[in-house]
Amino acid sequence: MSISYDTIVIGAGHNGLVAAAYLSRAGHKVLVLERRDTVGGATTTEEVFPGFRVDTGAHRTGGLSNRVVTDLGLARHGLELLDADPTVFVPVVEGTPLMLWRDPIKTAEAIREISSADADTWVPFTELIGKAAGFLEAAWTTTPPDVTGNNIGDLIASAKLGAKLRRLGKKDMVEVMRILPMSVYELLRDWFESDLLKGALAASAVTGLCQGPMAGGTVYTLLHHHVGAGAGVIRPTRRVRGGIGRLSDALVADCEASGSEVRTGAAVERIIVEGGHAVGVVVDSGEIRAERVVSSADPRRTFFDLMEPSEMEPEFARKISNIRYRGVCAKVHLVLSGLPDFTCRPGVGDHLNGVISISPSLEYVEHAFDAAKYGHPSRQPYLEVSIPSRADPGVAPNGKHLMSIVFQYAPYMLREGTWDDSARAKLGDLAVATLVEYAPNLSSLVEASHVMTPLDLEQQFGLSEGNVYHGEMTLDQLLFMRPVPGASRYRTPIAGLYLCGAGTHPGGGVTGVPGFNAAREILRD
Amino acid sequence: MPVDWLPGRLRAMLRTTPFHSRTAPLSKAQNWRRWSGYLTASSYELHHDREYWAIRSSAALIDVSPLYKYGIEGPDAERFLDRVVTREVTKCKLHQVLYTPWCDADGKVMDDGTLTRLTDDSFRLTSAEPNLRWLLDNALGMDVSIRDITDDLAALALQGPTARRILHQAADAVADDLGFFRHTTGEIGGVPVEITRTGYTGDLGYEIWTERGNAEALWDGIMEAGDAHLILPAGMLALDIARVEAGLVLIGVDYVPAHRAVIEDRKSSPFELGLGWTVKLDKKSFVGRDALIAEKERGPEWKLRGLEVSWDSLEALYGLVGLPPQLPSEGWRASVPVYSGNAQIGYATSGCWSPLLKKYIALAHLQSRYASAGTDLSMEVTVEHHRKKAKVRVVETPFFNPDRKRSTPEVAR
Repeated sequence: MSISYDTIVIGAGHNGLVAAAYLSRAGHKVLVLERRDTVGGATTTEEVFPGFRVDTGAHRTGGLSNRVVTDLGLARHGLELLDADPTVFVPVVEGTPLMLWRDPIKTAEAIREISSADADTWVPFTELIGKAAGFLEAAWTTTPPDVTGNNIGDLIASAKLGAKLRRLGKKDMVEVMRILPMSVYELLRDWFESDLLKGALAASAVTGLCQGPMAGGTVYTLLHHHVGAGAGVIRPTRRVRGGIGRLSDALVADCEASGSEVRTGAAVERIIVEGGHAVGVVVDSGEIRAERVVSSADPRRTFFDLMEPSEMEPEFARKISNIRYRGVCAKVHLVLSGLPDFTCRPGVGDHLNGVISISPSLEYVEHAFDAAKYGHPSRQPYLEVSIPSRADPGVAPNGKHLMSIVFQYAPYMLREGTWDDSARAKLGDLAVATLVEYAPNLSSLVEASHVMTPLDLEQQFGLSEGNVYHGEMTLDQLLFMRPVPGASRYRTPIAGLYLCGAGTHPGGGVTGVPGFNAAREILRD
Repeated sequence: MPVDWLPGRLRAMLRTTPFHSRTAPLSKAQNWRRWSGYLTASSYELHHDREYWAIRSSAALIDVSPLYKYGIEGPDAERFLDRVVTREVTKCKLHQVLYTPWCDADGKVMDDGTLTRLTDDSFRLTSAEPNLRWLLDNALGMDVSIRDITDDLAALALQGPTARRILHQAADAVADDLGFFRHTTGEIGGVPVEITRTGYTGDLGYEIWTERGNAEALWDGIMEAGDAHLILPAGMLALDIARVEAGLVLIGVDYVPAHRAVIEDRKSSPFELGLGWTVKLDKKSFVGRDALIAEKERGPEWKLRGLEVSWDSLEALYGLVGLPPQLPSEGWRASVPVYSGNAQIGYATSGCWSPLLKKYIALAHLQSRYASAGTDLSMEVTVEHHRKKAKVRVVETPFFNPDRKRSTPEVAR
């Protein structure tokens, strides 16, 4: 007879671990079960090249909650966050490139080199983004109201959120409400003239979306990526020393310190549901019982792969099956013998510190999406390039460098062919070829490469359709509609089964907030 | 107004059934109605009287092709159906047919039909309304294919005391010992057919299924064999009386399908429709189970019952205005108040004069405490423009339930 747990958490991704840590601190006997042999889910660092610490999933911690870091004492467990400055370098093939600095005044001066009008509006723009993101931040940690019911507590929570919005002042409140559902194209057209600047900002709004910057609602995603960014900081680039997996390691350390158990190589085959209650899981053909089961897997995997779908009411099942995933990101990892030399900004310098964004104009990003719309990888992709070894030499031995590239758009569903070895190799070559246009020496620097297609992301990390956010971050799949209306409060129609992953409010990115919110709701029950 | 770009059954405003080339020339009355988008005979003759009597005393042939039909196949077919319907599909034997309703998550009836087990992992389900989406929703994550085969399959109901003898001749005796709610295969008029001992008349009867292209051969084969046994094509008016006598509910008339109900009160549970016997609460899980367990515990609020109108009461009411009792020659479908004293405690939804029983009968929803057999109530009747109350008595259904419906005696040669 195996021991029984209070709570089983499925998946040792960062949200699963955050939830586990809070629950075990509250006295639950928690067992975290991870299918892979490493912890972290898509927040993981792996030696895909011997001796190199490669962030195979996320390579930045977008909006990691300070509250979570503090509450769980993650610094004590070895977490060190590295904020890059400049945050973004946007190279060009010809002409003057752009850098965004953490200091908005310094950025305004950088922008002045390409447009004095844009330089003048930069600081007010960052203020607007800051206010709007501040509102989202309040919404992030609020459990969304259940719009399908009439719970008085929900109304109070909504009222509090409304009050927060109101405190922005009437003018700003109206402006925030106005811009939220807009396309980032329209927002930027209102503010700026420079294509390069618009490209830099638009790219941030479409990360992980099977949409271009001209699609409605992309302002919301832009703001999502600026929650917790700090005053005036645009496109924050925050890494973890030693690789992002150190964050997961720190979370595991905190779980274990409070008496929880994290088991790797333990794939959950099935969630056991008896009489409408989740009562445990099956692992290695053995049953493990618990008072409740908390899944950090995405909704499709949770309800269709890990459960008997017939345990769900058909209408709920339909809603879950209708969630859009449509992953568009691929990852390319390169071992470099030296640093790339950009034609527009020769030599080694600060510009290599943060993210290098291949997004020379908003139209460029929109065209990159056009291909995906018809089921083809972008011929001229938007690339988010990071060289973590620059600020953190420990991740690459012997003076070598690591380059981590998010390639967008690589649609999960291909019109022609499949994501086989040849498609994978072609994608890696295209990423390098795209960069070589800006930094011709790169081709001679590449010593090894490793490519993960959306299919690889699905198979390795269990991300349905390779969607890094556990469901597309579009307005219809956010807030009280995430994952689906009527189930946005971390609870599910199956009693004792909770969700705590990025498929729940507030969504994707390495934030820890879904896990934090889920733990709070579980403890409330 | 035909619309060319629409697929299949949406293209024409009203479609004809695969038997139309046979039914149309027989239709002396040109009395047609619409049934699920198909043109269907209400009656073939100017009055449906003879067609009704064919059902009860010889045999009637009814074109039931507009029934919705679904082919359900695959390793999970049994598990899938067991989840959807209220009856135990796991106990449905090969070549057995189940009559069953199915419910939404709140345990309210969405539709009802027959389910035939054709092989271990293939079934055919009939329904009155389209159900494909609901079926597909329930099949998410299961290894089962569900096809709407409504258009592919022609169907006839052969109903009445001489039906077995007709089939004996037409189908080479394959259905001679076919039991009640069983299925078999054979050949009629040179075409392969499936035969089920089912129907909507409460009499001895069969339903015969064949591919659309074989429809005319099937019709001809049955009519030819039926000639000596006084077969008559029958329409919906005759069928409507037979089904009220049989106490069989009609969707959209005696109950509102749950997913079409605008308000909660319009929905009915199987318990409220007299279909409690189809609800197998022992099944581990099926849609609506929790709600039905709760309802069973507290007892249903409503019950569907038969009402017999007192002849003396009718005679007295009409006598006051100097008329003999006026009786509905066609079945009616309306909501008619039912009273206990002065309080309305229910409503009748279908009624007719039963030519066979010589009784005015109705199906009514009654509040449970007024629903025991033998309870005396009254029902509204309109006598010469004035609303009156006729005495009625609550009775069990079916009103008419002949032994021949279920029995399987040797066929008289």
